[in-house]
Amino acid sequence: MDALLHQIVSGLATGCIYGSIGLALVMIYQATHHINFAQGEIATFSTFIAWALLQQGFGYWSAFLLTVGVSFVGGVAIQRLIVRPVEKAPVLTNVIVFIGLVVIFNSLSGWIFDYTIKSFPSPFAQQGPLSSRYFSAHELGSFLVMLCVLLALYAFFRFTPVGLAMRAAAQNPDSARLVGIRVSWMLAMGWGLASAIGAVAGMMVAPTVFLDPNMMAGILIYGFAAALLGGIDNPAGAVIGGLIVGVLENLLGAYVIGTELKLTVALVLIVGTLTLKPNGLFGKQVVTRV
Amino acid sequence: MNRKHFTFAMAAIALAALGSSAWAQKQYSPGASDKEIKIGQIGPYSGPASAYGTIGKTIGAYFDKVNAEGGINGRKIAYFPLDDGYNPAKAVEMARKLVEEDEVLLIFNPLGTPSNSAIQKYMNSKKVPQLFVATGATKWGDPKNFPWTMGWQPPYAAEGKIYAQHLLETNPNAKIGILYQNDDFGKDYLKGIEEGLGDKAKTMIVSKVTYEVTDPTVDSQMLTLKASGADAFFNITTPKFAAQAIKKAAEIGWKPQHYLTNVSISVSSVMKPAGPENGIGIVTAQYGKDPTDPTWASDPGLKDWTEFMKKYYPAGNLADANSVYGYGVAQTLVQVLKQCGDNLTRENVMKQAASLDMTLPMSLPGVNIKTSADDFFPIEREKLARFDGKTWVLFGKVYGR
Amino acid sequence: MNPIDRRWKLLLGALLLVALVLLPFLVKNYRVFQFNLVLVYAIAVLGLNILTGFNGQISLGHGAFFAFGGYAAAVLMEHAGAPYWATLPAAALLCFVLGFLMGFPALRLGGHYLALATYALALAVPQLLKYKAIEHYTGGVQGIVLVKPEPPFTFRLFDQPFNADRWLYMFTLAVTVLMFLLAHNLLRGRIGRALIAVRDHPIAAATMGINLPMVKSITFGVSAAFTGVAGALGAVVVAFVSPDSFPVLLSITILVGVVIGGLASIPGAFFGAVFIQFVPNIADQISKAAPWAIYGVFLIGFMYLLPTGVMGMLRRSWMRWRPGASRVSS
Repeated sequence: MDALLHQIVSGLATGCIYGSIGLALVMIYQATHHINFAQGEIATFSTFIAWALLQQGFGYWSAFLLTVGVSFVGGVAIQRLIVRPVEKAPVLTNVIVFIGLVVIFNSLSGWIFDYTIKSFPSPFAQQGPLSSRYFSAHELGSFLVMLCVLLALYAFFRFTPVGLAMRAAAQNPDSARLVGIRVSWMLAMGWGLASAIGAVAGMMVAPTVFLDPNMMAGILIYGFAAALLGGIDNPAGAVIGGLIVGVLENLLGAYVIGTELKLTVALVLIVGTLTLKPNGLFGKQVVTRV
Repeated sequence: MNRKHFTFAMAAIALAALGSSAWAQKQYSPGASDKEIKIGQIGPYSGPASAYGTIGKTIGAYFDKVNAEGGINGRKIAYFPLDDGYNPAKAVEMARKLVEEDEVLLIFNPLGTPSNSAIQKYMNSKKVPQLFVATGATKWGDPKNFPWTMGWQPPYAAEGKIYAQHLLETNPNAKIGILYQNDDFGKDYLKGIEEGLGDKAKTMIVSKVTYEVTDPTVDSQMLTLKASGADAFFNITTPKFAAQAIKKAAEIGWKPQHYLTNVSISVSSVMKPAGPENGIGIVTAQYGKDPTDPTWASDPGLKDWTEFMKKYYPAGNLADANSVYGYGVAQTLVQVLKQCGDNLTRENVMKQAASLDMTLPMSLPGVNIKTSADDFFPIEREKLARFDGKTWVLFGKVYGR
Repeated sequence: MNPIDRRWKLLLGALLLVALVLLPFLVKNYRVFQFNLVLVYAIAVLGLNILTGFNGQISLGHGAFFAFGGYAAAVLMEHAGAPYWATLPAAALLCFVLGFLMGFPALRLGGHYLALATYALALAVPQLLKYKAIEHYTGGVQGIVLVKPEPPFTFRLFDQPFNADRWLYMFTLAVTVLMFLLAHNLLRGRIGRALIAVRDHPIAAATMGINLPMVKSITFGVSAAFTGVAGALGAVVVAFVSPDSFPVLLSITILVGVVIGGLASIPGAFFGAVFIQFVPNIADQISKAAPWAIYGVFLIGFMYLLPTGVMGMLRRSWMRWRPGASRVSS
């Protein structure tokens, strides 16, 4: 029983990681209606920047905030410079551009910071007030950080005029333009926000999985699964979806089918969800008029 | 015959004798000439295994040093490292490029069991040396069927056997849990461990779990192992996952008798990130000197290596065992080429590679490199070492042939 | 179509064919091997184009069908002693069935959802291929080493022998021409129009009586079959299959080939294949330190300059050069 509990708890912890990436994906989707395959690599690159700052002697939280800021600006820049020229082009052209970004960022990370794994510190003290028998301090801490991010996002979209403008720009760009919203800049802000969230996710993930250019490779697909499961347009759904995916992965791997078919499980999960409940557990039903 | 004919005949014979003796001095296969020796290499410089790219880079740096010091018997080394991204299909393409387009003398230290499996037949059919491959799979020491392929490092299965032997000596009633990578590397070790345990394998091994390189963490696997009640742990993982496993074991309060594969013992990239206190008591097998071990602080071999790194590979990490590996394997090749003298044919390269009897400055005392016509495993001896929180401390006897 | 246009097309096609047949005798073995791979990729890209370009279903998992085709060929050759040419129809059949089955869940999915589902398939396949239960057939992690087929006869042309590499190239070329003709015939008539209708106006198409689920599933199956044949050929050419030969990157690469060559274009598949085979090597020569970054820059650059792919650009230049042709539409 104890072992089972441990597996569930460990699944929740990994699920947090998936949920945070899922959150960044949902963020981009809500702002631009595109799924950004480059999210993982940009997050990894941001985490490397944080690592470099820490190596230079910055304190943890100042490095953290600086990285988030740089990622935000970087995300905006990427949208303005690279993504905007192909905005009007068909979906597949955008997909190829995202793929291009993936390989560029991955290659840059490897070139600048090399491929050996690096340890990344956790801001939550190992034996501090947050540690407990089942959760490590870091696991609990990163969960709390994610909740804060989620709440901040919710507040931003719901209660601020900029958030409202962003939602309008994503849902109906033409009408939004008519009321004076600078749609282009709203998209750029969406990218900036997603990159910032990705940076936070990366910095929360790195202490557990260790930092190297391919850090996000295994996590991304589970992040996608999390976002889909929870509903691609629902941030809270992404987090819950992540937790579910994490727990299921652990339980199925440990007790049902063994560790040799875990990816097949992810596949079945994704296909199953999409077939049975295409809008995810918490997504909105989208009705298209003929 | 008259005088004119006689002189003519003598001149002709003299010329022939001169000519043939001159030709007898130097023999070349494609890739070798008076001026240079072309050496190809294939490795993962991108993709999931790119951490091993440092080996190829260290080799390149060592060749720079050799060239700066005059080359081998007056010939400079031209080095051709190519990237296969750890994809065997790409490795085949790169091997063909090196052999057919760049026309190298041999392919040196190609990395990864899948890539080497893919090119083995081709290399042997083209009769080009596939020399000192960078993998410990047991199948590289098969001179009867693949006379052009030779390994270098101690085979994984042999290392697994050593751990099993040690466990039987120290704790014969242990319950064993094994974590291994779901590929050739992991499975080869598993075979060695099971062979080493013999009949007791079935009763002693209580849990065997795998992981993929695409898995984000091995936390779930570690929990399963702890729950199985094992008190001995064989950790057959690559560096990133080794660090995770060590860290997790400490976090969940599991303290088994812990054996770690030689591939993942780097203090800088595994033990430190995992938390050095968490690694205390872990046992591994070593054949090279650990650059972080204070025992070797005044060792001339280590001093030379450090100087080499500083001068020729400043971007490298002075605590990275991969660079010690690259240094050692490059020195082995240089020795083979030196032994070839002016006969730089591919046949002679393999002949000299199969006639090695040397020690490397960075090998542990007692560990040698020895090959023969039916022994294609250059390094077979290892010594056990235990981590003390700072470095790996050697203990016990030398195992292996 | 304008009869002059048709004659031009046939002439160009014939010239190209002659050039392709002579090509292996003008270059060394290694290049022949590379061109062989280009042809293999061309079939794979064509397969994906049928699904994505003509039918609008985005698949990021065609590497899976390439893998299944490759393994089908390898297993049949290794365990059943089948000759290499017989494995192609078997691979096609197997992948058609698998693709058709994949088509069913795909029915409910659109756009990025399908992309993600197929991406998950591509990720799961290497692990699946390593599975213990089927290890006896698939060789597990070690994979299967194959024997390269020998040519049935030999001669010399331009001082190059007709060896195994060149024979394989001719064989692959023949298969490629066959597949391209097959695709051309399939897509030219009613079926092609039905596919495009389903892509652009699914609701209207359904109203017109097109059986949407059937069309979409069969298209998936056919597309998978094409890529499966490519996979089988690939296995014969490289003479080795292993789970590591089919990473996710392969699926992405095939999609890149489709877009670079030009969506909904049959000849475009060839250009796409040339891109995916040679540009990584070029990138590696430009920068040893970060070759994939260069590749990414190439990709993005291509999308800026040629968003409709190479064929799009060729069509536009053709229109400009022969303004008379544009007046007559087909």
